[in-house]
Parts: sequence; structure tokens; C-alpha cells
Amino acid sequence: MKESQVNRLQLSHNKFILKKSLFVRDVIRDRWLYAILLPGFLYFVIFKYVPMAGLAMAFEDYKPHLGFMGSPWVGFKHFERFFTEPQFWELFRNTLLLAVYNLLFFFPIPIVLALMLNEVRNQVFKRFAQTLLYLPHFVSWVVAVGIFYILFTTEGGIVNEYIRQLGLEKIPFLLSEDWFRPMIIGQSIWKEAGWGTIIFLAALSGVDLQLYEAARMDGAGRWRQLWHITLPAIRSTVVILFILRLGSFLDTGFEHIFLMLNSMNREVGEVFDTYVYTKGLTQGQYSYSAAVGLFKSLVGLVLVLLSNWIAKKFGEEGVY
Amino acid sequence: MPTEDKNWSNRLFHTLNYSALLLVSIIMFIPFLYIVSVSFAAPEEVVKGGLLLFPTHFTLGAYKYIFSTDTMVRSILVSIYITVFGTFINLLLTSLTAYPLAKGYLRGRRTFLIMVLITMLFSGGMIPTYFVVKAFGMIDTYWSLMIPGAISAFNLIVLKNFFQQIPDGLEDSAKIDGCHDIGILFRIVIPLSMPAMATFGLFYAVGHWNAFFNAIMYINDSQKFPVQVILRQIIILSQDQIGDTASQQDPTDYLPQTIRMASIVIATIPIALVYPFLQKHFAKGVLLGSVKG
Repeated sequence: MKESQVNRLQLSHNKFILKKSLFVRDVIRDRWLYAILLPGFLYFVIFKYVPMAGLAMAFEDYKPHLGFMGSPWVGFKHFERFFTEPQFWELFRNTLLLAVYNLLFFFPIPIVLALMLNEVRNQVFKRFAQTLLYLPHFVSWVVAVGIFYILFTTEGGIVNEYIRQLGLEKIPFLLSEDWFRPMIIGQSIWKEAGWGTIIFLAALSGVDLQLYEAARMDGAGRWRQLWHITLPAIRSTVVILFILRLGSFLDTGFEHIFLMLNSMNREVGEVFDTYVYTKGLTQGQYSYSAAVGLFKSLVGLVLVLLSNWIAKKFGEEGVY
Repeated sequence: MPTEDKNWSNRLFHTLNYSALLLVSIIMFIPFLYIVSVSFAAPEEVVKGGLLLFPTHFTLGAYKYIFSTDTMVRSILVSIYITVFGTFINLLLTSLTAYPLAKGYLRGRRTFLIMVLITMLFSGGMIPTYFVVKAFGMIDTYWSLMIPGAISAFNLIVLKNFFQQIPDGLEDSAKIDGCHDIGILFRIVIPLSMPAMATFGLFYAVGHWNAFFNAIMYINDSQKFPVQVILRQIIILSQDQIGDTASQQDPTDYLPQTIRMASIVIATIPIALVYPFLQKHFAKGVLLGSVKG
């Protein structure tokens, strides 16, 4: 080897040592920061990443007494079973329909409410309306569904009492397939629509008032101002929330649906999540339901990545 | 808000807008009003039907009944315990984790943040998580209701952004005075972040009080049920006579409606009590950093 080559090697080695010692120095300097980061780190590893690794059980015939390592591998057996199960299409349809109805009937409402609240000049009235609109968000799903049960039951619920007084037939809102989806969407609107306005109101409060002033000078009326200033101002917020909603597209409010399910509406109400719970935790088919859960998580992931990609194509910022 | 001239079309617009909002707000509130007022009515009055928003015979019977049974009282105590202790764990762990992540110079910070973000997009799901909780021997203990959700990734990131906004100069001068990182966090950063801590504390607390599904999964011992699980038995399962879930466990068939409503009221009172305090902060607290992402 020539001398210069040796020198160069030596030099790069020294650089490496230097970098390494810098790193070690920084880590030692920040030892307390690392120490207080440790519990959080362990939390994410144990309760988020270990379960992800645990998804491997979807490819096993997991037997509790054999343990995770001892259970036999079966490849895609559980997925094959799930995809060929007649119930697969039922679950798929139920989950998809609820998600689509949510996007169609629920998603626009907070935006409209926020636009309406944004027009209110009287601060006392605004606070009053917001207080009442936000309130349902803070009750549990048990309470929300419970209230609907009490109001809509055929056994003396006030809604059916009125229907009866009008001389009409009572409607079994809670025990019918036809009413399941409208009830779910209605409850979501009651509980969350008001709360959903917060983020849009924040976006609206950031709009420069001079823009409106200028538009008015140019002769823009209320609707033109809405169309050309207000809506563009909240567009990116709408896009981000839309992407996030697509990400939880298949979640469709698990507790909520679980509480509304009964034997009369199971055929339209059972979704992926409730199916995982029933098969896994109540019937003990662990590997099979882990496979169903994995399928659901993957579809959700693909939906977020896809919609984020599309949003970027259209020149929006996206979530990341 | 758009600007405008004062003319009749604007007045019309505002009148319509205010009335519509008023109507929507009242519709949102009526179910609460109905539940509260019927809970004070005599059961016979409710059975007769046609009851409107105000009962004619005011009675505390339903409440007396509920407090005479231990099931409801015990479950409320369980929920109070989980809420207080669980929220403390939430806040402690979230701020301990958020603080180092707020330091731009910390090595490995980006990697950890990406690791957190991934958990918001993808998760192992119910079954593997159940086995982790089980492996730690937490089944049928209150730990199972507090530890698996100890840190919310979203709150963590918002709190991290909040911590980042605190001027570095403050911390530098504390360091010169001989305070190390942990001291700075507890003596300077957290006291300066009280609005954020209050907001997240209340969110976490509401979450614990309202939690239902974790208990269904992890708690089998009915003596340890939190209030929402009992509430479901009283209100939903007992009405769902045809439903298949009803057969599992139900000593509460055929309770009068007034008792069901009174139990909703009792289970919701804590929320109603914190709500005014909560409201002052949350709009600001939720948006801290969340708009910027």
C-alpha cells in the first residue's frame, strides 16, 4: 500500500472515532433526558410494538399451553378461512356501508356548524351554543346509547309514545335491521358533530379579516366571500381530517356498535371489530381473529397512505 | 368572519342563522333534560305515558334505590379510583416522555418520534394486545385499565410541541443555577404548562371515567366492574330481552325507567361538574400545536 493511501485510511478512521466519541459524549451529557424517556420508550415497545410482533400468531395455530414460540406455523390458513367464509362479505358490506354513510352524512355537518358559528357576532350567544353543542361529546358511549335506548324503545319510549298518539304503528328502532344504520349515524351526529366544529373554528379564526374587507370593496357578497375566502381557508384542515377519517375508516366506532348490537340486528350490524371480539375473546379462536384484525389494520394503513398520496397529488399538504 | 353592509338581507341572514343554531343546540340538549327530569318522577307517572319535560310529582325514590344497592356504589368507587390514579399515571408518563422529545439536540429523538407516529397508523389490534396484558398478569386487576393506555400518542405529540414553545433561556439559566433536567421539568416546564396539563388531565380523566370496553375485555370479576359496565347492565342489557347478550349476566331485569335514568344521571354528574372548568381550557388546549401538526 502506498503511504498516501494508508494516511487516508488512518484519517477516515480517526474521523469515525471522533464521530463516535461525539455521540457518546452527547449521550452522556443527556443521560437524565434518556432516563426520563425510558418509561415512555418501554411503554411504546411493550404495549404497541410487542402486539405488532404478536400478530405473527395470525400465521400460527396458537395454543395457550404451547405458547407463542411452541405453536405450529400454518401460513395463510386463517386468512383463507376468513376470505372464504360467507360472513366475510357480510362484514365487509356492513363495515363499508357504515363508513360511507359516516363520510356522507356525518363528515360535512361539523363543517357546516362551524361556518354557522363563525358568523355569530354575539359572543354570549356563541358561547351558549358551543357549550350545548360540545356537551354530548363528554358522555360515554354507554350513556349515549343508553339515552337512545330509553327514548326510542317500544316499551314506553317517548318517541314511540308520540308515534302511537299520532295513530301510527310503533317502530322497533332498536331491534330492526332497517333502523340500525340510521340510528348509528344519528347517535354519532348527536354525540360528536358539535365537538367536531372546534378544529374548523380554529382554522377559520386564522383567516385575515382584511381579505374580507378587500373582497367587499371589490363587490363580493356574502356567498362570494364564503366561496373565495372562507372555504379555501379551511380546505387543508378538511383534507387532513378527511385523510385521518379514512385511516380509521374501518374502525367505525367500535364501542358504539358493540353497544347497539343485538340478536335482531346482528346481520347488518356486525363489523370487523365486533367479529374479532366475538371470535377471539368470547370463543377463544385467537389466531383466526388475530388474522382478521391484521387484515383490518392493513386495509386501514393502505387507505391512509393512498389518500395522503392523492392529497399531495392535488397540491395539498397531507398529514406527513 | 365575512364583513357586510347593514341591510335587510343581512338581517334576514343573521336571524335565520341564530335561530337555526339555537334550534340545533336545544335539540342536542333536550335528551339530557328529559333524562334528568324523568329520573325525579314517580314510576307510575312514567308508565302512564305522555310525560313531558316536567314531572308533576317530584320524588327521589330512584336515587334512594340506587344508593341502597351496593353494586352501583361500589362501581362508582372503582371508577373514581381508576380515574384519579390513572390520570396521574397518564400525565406523569406523558410529560416525562414529551420533555426529552422537545429537545432538538437529543440524539435518537427523530427515530423515537417516527416510532410513535407509526403506532398512530398501525396497531397489533385487540387479540395480541390482550395477550400482552395477560402476560403481565394484569387480567382482573385495575392495572389493566390504566397501563395499556398510559400514553396517548396524539397527546404526547401535542404536549411535545407545547414544551418546545417554552423559551430555552429559562432552562439555560436554571442549568447555570445548578438544576438538572429532571428538576427543570418539574420546577419550570410543568408549572409553565398548566393550561396544557389541565386540558390533557381532564381529557384523560374523562376517558377513564367513560371507559367501558377495556373493562369488558380485561375484568371478569364483577366486584371490580367500573361504573360504565354496570350502567350497561342496567340500561341496555335489561331492555334487550330478545338480545343474545342479555342472557350472559343480568340480575337487573324489569327495573323501572326512572331508575335507569337516575343511574345515567349519577354516572354523568362527574362530567357535568368538570365541564365548566374544562370548557375554559379545551379549545385552546386542543389546538395547541395540533393545527401545526
